[in-house]
Amino acid sequence: MLKDITLGQYFPGNTVAHRLDPRTKILLVVLYIVALFCAKSWGGYATMAVTLAVCVKISKVGLKSLVRGLKPVLFIIIFTGVLNLFFTPDDHYLVEWGVIHISQAGLVRAFFMVLRIMLLIMGTFLMTYTTSPIRLTDGLESLLGPLKKAHVPVHELAMMMSIALRFIPTLIEETDKIMSAQKARGADFESGGIVQKAKALIPVLVPLFISAFRRADELATAMECRCYHGGEGRTKLHVLRYAARDYVALAGGVLICGFVLVLRQFGL
Amino acid sequence: MEPILQVKNLTHTYSLGTPFERSAVKNMSFDIQEGEFLGIIGHTGSGKSTLIQHLNGLLKPTEGQILLHGKDIWSEPKKIREVRFRVGLVFQYPEYQLFEETVYKDIAFGPTNQGKSGAELDHCVREAARLVGIRDDQLDKSPFELSGGQKRRVALAGVLAMEPEILVLDEPTAGLDPAGRENLMANIRHYHENKRRTIVLVSHSMDEIAQNVDRILVLKRGGVLMSGTPSEVFARAEELLSAGLDVPQITRIAMALKRRGLEIDPAVYTVEALERQINALRKGGAAC
Ligand SMILES: Nc1ncnc2c1ncn2[C@@H]1O[C@H](COP(=O)(O)OP(=O)(O)OP(=O)(O)O)[C@@H](O)[C@H]1O
Ligand SMILES: [Mg+2]
Repeated sequence: MLKDITLGQYFPGNTVAHRLDPRTKILLVVLYIVALFCAKSWGGYATMAVTLAVCVKISKVGLKSLVRGLKPVLFIIIFTGVLNLFFTPDDHYLVEWGVIHISQAGLVRAFFMVLRIMLLIMGTFLMTYTTSPIRLTDGLESLLGPLKKAHVPVHELAMMMSIALRFIPTLIEETDKIMSAQKARGADFESGGIVQKAKALIPVLVPLFISAFRRADELATAMECRCYHGGEGRTKLHVLRYAARDYVALAGGVLICGFVLVLRQFGL
Repeated sequence: MEPILQVKNLTHTYSLGTPFERSAVKNMSFDIQEGEFLGIIGHTGSGKSTLIQHLNGLLKPTEGQILLHGKDIWSEPKKIREVRFRVGLVFQYPEYQLFEETVYKDIAFGPTNQGKSGAELDHCVREAARLVGIRDDQLDKSPFELSGGQKRRVALAGVLAMEPEILVLDEPTAGLDPAGRENLMANIRHYHENKRRTIVLVSHSMDEIAQNVDRILVLKRGGVLMSGTPSEVFARAEELLSAGLDVPQITRIAMALKRRGLEIDPAVYTVEALERQINALRKGGAAC
């Protein structure tokens, strides 16, 4: 049912990939994305694919769950592929059939675009698969720390994000329960047109909102009772510290990114 | 007589086929007779809520069947809504399901889904409100203006208004104060006595169960540990206690008296029954 939706998608584990500092992983993903968009031809894409494969191997996240992550964007992938395949102009075409023209350049370009999107999504998913949402927020907060000087409420944003992540499973469970209770009174969520279906949701949404507000109120009280007063002077239970492996990983990331740039220069 | 509801070899496994697989109900079988007041008791996590969500088809059995008047409720999955009108289920903390602008409209939600309207609908709503002790002037209020106990009554009325053949209640008195608890139980008892409808009551309180039901079903880790009339079940008080369950206060007193050497049958659960025994013992003692 609703519970099976995975949000946050964290697969607990104890590999190097899991133990890396979240900041390192975020920076690595940024490098990875930069490199991916710099890759132009076979050499570059091959480097990126191998990099991802090695990372997946290290993290012990099954390839299957990673590929499953592609499902929601399958439409975009296909759309990009088709668009590039049919609408890349060239001197002569391999196939000409009515309005459909397929050139060799189009074929290659479609392949690269699809590969790029897939690598992009799998790479970022690998990070969320190996980093718990809380550590991820911690990492973001720390990386964005300098923005506090520019009066960006970094701590508040991070806190909001962790609270939201914490309450997603609770709200899903609550939705399940309320839906069951209304079904027991004969509510029908399946049949009818779109208007009817939307109307059928009112008996679920109203109690859900009320309970969400109640929870928010209670949480605010609980936080105040424990003297929460924003990020000023607040210390962390789990302090983020770079270890040797983080420097090694970052150096590796920079090297690969540089390598891809060099390949691009030589048009490989 | 054919039982009104039969549970046959019911098994329910949550998250089947994932690493989080968990059997909450295992190969459970029992019958519910027409007009019976059945109590279900068991430890936290023993599968009570899971079990009763099968009775009206909210959960589908992993294995086994639920027969309503001898007919499998899942034989026609399209008609499962019919079953939900006939087996009315009141959830734990039902006050969180209220959503309408007025108490009246909220109670009318179920019967409206049944297709009732006009005078028939009005009759159902008012009758249900009367049964749980909601006054007429409260019907036009917003349900959110009411106290917790009153909200719960409204939610209960919302199910009663569908006039179900079987009423299933999941811990209806949880979180109420003693007076509110007794009051609500009195309403439920009245309903049972006047309408002669079948009731299934899930509860954590042995005293509440003992004082109200005709038959008790004791669950343990997803299976039926015992089943029988209150005196049959409480005759096995030692077993209940070793299973980590409670027994009614009166039974505990009787057991303690017996341990002190008085000739008392510990399978009592009402003050009157114990009083009778003690009086009889006194008279016997005086005769010696
Ligand atoms: N939606 C669910 N998904 C997975 N497991 C569940 C779900 N609901 C209940 N369980 C598990 O099934 C078991 C039985 O739960 P159930 O809610 O039926 O117990 P209960 O007897 O009603 O307990 P309580 O007295 O606390 O209400 C529990 O161990 C619980 O962890
Ligand atoms: Mg329960």
